[in-house]
Amino acid sequence: MDKRTSIQPTKYSLTWPLKMAWRDSRKSKGKLMLFILSISLGIAAMVGITSFRENLLLEIDDQAKTLLGADVEVKGNQPLPDSLLFAFYELAPEMSREVYFASMVYFPSTDGTRLAQVRALSGKYPYYGEIETVPEEASREFQNGMSALVDEKLMIQYNVELGDSVKVGQQTFKIIGRLQKIPGQTDIGATAAPVVYIPYNKLDQTDLLQKGSRVNYLNYFQFSADVDTTGKWSNLVEFADKKGYSIDDIEERKEDTGRAFRDLTNFLELVAFTALLLGCIGVASSMYVYTKEKIGIVATLRCLGMKSGQAISIFLIQVGIFGFIGSAIGALVGVGLHVYLPILVREFIPVELEPSFSWLAVLSGIAIGVVVSVLFALISLVSLRKVSPLQAIRSDIGNGKVRIDKVQVLVGGIIFLFLLTLVYLQIGDWADAAVFTVGLLLTILILGLIGRGLALLIKRVMPDSIPYVWRQGLSNLYRPHNQTSLLVTTLGLGTAFIGTLLFMQDLLVDRVSITGENDRPNTVLFDIQTPQKEELKQLTLDYDLPVLQEVPIVTMRLEEINGITKREALADTTVNIRDWVYDREYRVTYRDSLIDSEKITEGLWNGNYESGDSIFISISSGFAESLELEIGDEMLFNVQGALVKTYIGSFREIDWRRVQTNFLVLFPEGVLERAPQFHVLITRIKNNELSARYQQAVVRSYPNVSIIDLELILKTLEDILGKIAFVIRFMAFFSIGTGVIMLISSIVLSRFQRMRENVLLRTLGASSTKLWKIIIAEYFFLGGLGALSGLLIATILTTLLGKFVFEFVFIPNIIQMIWVTLAVTSMTVLIGLMNSRDVIRQSPLEVLRKEI
Amino acid sequence: MSAILEVSGLTKSFKSGVREITVLDNISFDLEEGKSMSIIGPSGSGKTTLLGLCAGLDRASQGSVSLDNIVLNKLTEDELAQLRNQEVGFIFQNFQLIPTLTALENVMVPLELRGEKNIAAFAKELLSRVGLGDRYDHYPSQLSGGEQQRVAIARAFANRPKILFADEPTGNLDEETSHSIEALLFEINKEQGTTLVIVTHDDALAHKTDRILKLKGGKIVS
Ligand SMILES: Nc1ncnc2c1ncn2[C@@H]1O[C@H](COP(=O)(O)OP(=O)(O)OP(=O)(O)O)[C@@H](O)[C@H]1O
Ligand SMILES: [Mg+2]
Repeated sequence: MDKRTSIQPTKYSLTWPLKMAWRDSRKSKGKLMLFILSISLGIAAMVGITSFRENLLLEIDDQAKTLLGADVEVKGNQPLPDSLLFAFYELAPEMSREVYFASMVYFPSTDGTRLAQVRALSGKYPYYGEIETVPEEASREFQNGMSALVDEKLMIQYNVELGDSVKVGQQTFKIIGRLQKIPGQTDIGATAAPVVYIPYNKLDQTDLLQKGSRVNYLNYFQFSADVDTTGKWSNLVEFADKKGYSIDDIEERKEDTGRAFRDLTNFLELVAFTALLLGCIGVASSMYVYTKEKIGIVATLRCLGMKSGQAISIFLIQVGIFGFIGSAIGALVGVGLHVYLPILVREFIPVELEPSFSWLAVLSGIAIGVVVSVLFALISLVSLRKVSPLQAIRSDIGNGKVRIDKVQVLVGGIIFLFLLTLVYLQIGDWADAAVFTVGLLLTILILGLIGRGLALLIKRVMPDSIPYVWRQGLSNLYRPHNQTSLLVTTLGLGTAFIGTLLFMQDLLVDRVSITGENDRPNTVLFDIQTPQKEELKQLTLDYDLPVLQEVPIVTMRLEEINGITKREALADTTVNIRDWVYDREYRVTYRDSLIDSEKITEGLWNGNYESGDSIFISISSGFAESLELEIGDEMLFNVQGALVKTYIGSFREIDWRRVQTNFLVLFPEGVLERAPQFHVLITRIKNNELSARYQQAVVRSYPNVSIIDLELILKTLEDILGKIAFVIRFMAFFSIGTGVIMLISSIVLSRFQRMRENVLLRTLGASSTKLWKIIIAEYFFLGGLGALSGLLIATILTTLLGKFVFEFVFIPNIIQMIWVTLAVTSMTVLIGLMNSRDVIRQSPLEVLRKEI
Repeated sequence: MSAILEVSGLTKSFKSGVREITVLDNISFDLEEGKSMSIIGPSGSGKTTLLGLCAGLDRASQGSVSLDNIVLNKLTEDELAQLRNQEVGFIFQNFQLIPTLTALENVMVPLELRGEKNIAAFAKELLSRVGLGDRYDHYPSQLSGGEQQRVAIARAFANRPKILFADEPTGNLDEETSHSIEALLFEINKEQGTTLVIVTHDDALAHKTDRILKLKGGKIVS
């Protein structure tokens, strides 16, 4: 008889997998939703932050002109020489001048004094945007008389009203406007350095412009419509740059501002990405278990004639649809977030942010969500191809094991590339993106291994002698279908994240909390002229205050290092000296001995210079390290016109956390005595009332002297750090939230398994108290282990960050660690117990029938 | 009449470690269309393995199986699946209903797979035929073992198979239920003219079939 070798092809229904997907999901809707929900928070954070960033960059673009207020700003610590001024003037005839410096201001009506930023302005600046004042016209009128504009917060703080006066140096001005906003200024900036505007032509009357004080001279230019900013202009700019003036135009200001916020948004986006990735791992692991559960169904359907590809489609459709729902929920939350984020960071940004809805962010968020859920689900789902119909008649075949095959490796590769691209799109650098992605994946791998290792270890070493409930609970960690690796990974990663944030915060706050103790100095008097030195010392002693330190300060610039000038350093790429080294102003002191916050680490220190010798200076070891300087290197300084050649004689390690005047560069006595200089006096004032009286006395007699109140600075700093910490904590919430969702979903997943066992135990006569104890034991170990591994990673991370980024040593705070461990563990136990409720409450039969 | 199932020189062996165990050793037989056959033998003699090979669920080590004149060895997995969908019905010892589908949906699956429309009425009719006309929207977990097996029978006949394989269809059921299930199986078999291959431990059931194949240690003993 003839044999056929092929069969008539069946017309398979294309819609059947869709129908099947829906039917199959009816009973597991909740479960699927829960898996997918773990990516929602990540998507939310992503959409929120991407929209926020787009919004911010757009606004910076839009408001770029008002950030600077003019087309070009020329800034230097000398007035612009006439020749240059005229050259500029020729091209941009509209010009304003400003001089600003820090000085004490005094409010006679309420007897308040405060260090403020005094700005003397002439001309029509700002050309773009506004100096916003109440009343509005004050910003234009103050230049006409003996009038001033005072920062609104400062006025409130010192209880000063419009019409009161403010004394700046020797001159008293009438306050005619409350200053609300000036171009390019952030709220935080205004808090840190409140501004007082006075007319430029009254500057001399204040008598504050003396040698030694740090004064900035600014010229603002507005281009005429037809100016050519290329040829002649750019030559001029280059020339001024060489003369030591810094030139800022709108484009540059825009870039600077954008750059400053790129770090912030990058950080936020990486946080969002971590939350998303955490969620993806949740999806992957949930789908792994889900897939295993579906093997039986697939085998039966294969017996009934389903093609292998259809099996994957059924579940892929489910994941796709639920992924869409989960991402859409996430995107919705993200939109809400992007409305809230600008409010959260309002005080840090120099532009007004009107949240505007970004379809691109929402759609790409949803697309990313669907793609990652499908990709991460696919790792497990592809193994369904291999399910043999034989498994329907012989359930032990393959033992439900999902084996890794080539396609899975391929999917893994695609996932890696996808993640890498995602990170690259956020931080814009392939190498950094690779480091971040690989680092994160490695961390996850390590955590997974810790989990698995622990399970094996328990299996090996668990003694028979421990009580039954503990043994049962512990053995749940290694028995088949355990979730140990997964839970340790999720809990660990979540904890690592929170831990790192907490530790970093601690580290930074600890770093600035220096005035805690009573005998620490807390008041610094700056800009003291040499003739005033003795009188001020006397005044301080008259107030019964100690003179803790008195130091002369000479400002200078660095001309050459080992004969290399800035220009040579820039031209020669083999020379590794950054231009800030030449650009910065060095504030140098001279002494014959070391003070107790410094220690020689290398070389010799000789505090007395004999004329005729070479001059040996001492520099801070950190500074030497970053410049790769060595003992004996030559440094040529320009001390306000006079060139001084020195050699590095020693390196000093400086404890910057001590309130002292500390210096990068220290000269010996006998060199700088006759150079123009000013002095600093440090004292300690125990109470606020005395401090106020002392400050008033100083300002009244010596208006040029600035007083830095460290308490005030610290308060401001703490305030700012607190706000930053809040932003960080807010973002951390997304990772923690994702962790909690994953925890719940993995417990729900392992629930059926547990239920069968518990029902069995109950049938065998275990009391419910015993069951509760077993559950507590299991989750206690899981939570504890997850928390500890997470803390380990956080400690390593913080130590590395501390060492390489912030340059200080991290000492773990044990108490805090215990708290974190307790919190994570009890949360795990709590969620475990809540999810096990019905296992214990319901009748065994009900449980077995209900759960499929 | 022509043979719908032709088995010749069929051998199946499994590798376990270095050892190779031969579970089926050179089995040959023919079965004519419309007839019924039972496979009996002690546990571990290879009955389920043989059934699986005949239904195209597994591949032979040696020898060939042809089903309705199609040589199974030469088909791909997906072609085998098509063949099962078109010509084969299967009843399992442990029912193997899909837990996430209702009784009715379980019965409809084979027809839906090949894209047939308007099948609900037919599927309901089949369910009524097995005495579950009022239970069609129940899930397997809401049915008793016997009821589940009746749904499985309805599903096995849904695609009007030319040949039906049943692996100990009553193995998990009590005697009384077993008898009614068996009766049902033979009745529908007669109605549709399906060829029937049953694996069973039950001698009484075996004697109701046209032919008995007795296996022992992977060989036909009678
Ligand atoms: N995948 C496999 N790997 C190794 N050995 C197998 C495999 N499948 C079946 N066997 C062996 O083949 C032999 C026959 O198994 P089979 O299930 O066909 O027996 P059976 O006759 O159906 O027995 P029962 O009446 O108990 O169902 C058994 O010894 C079994 O251990
Ligand atoms: Mg068998």
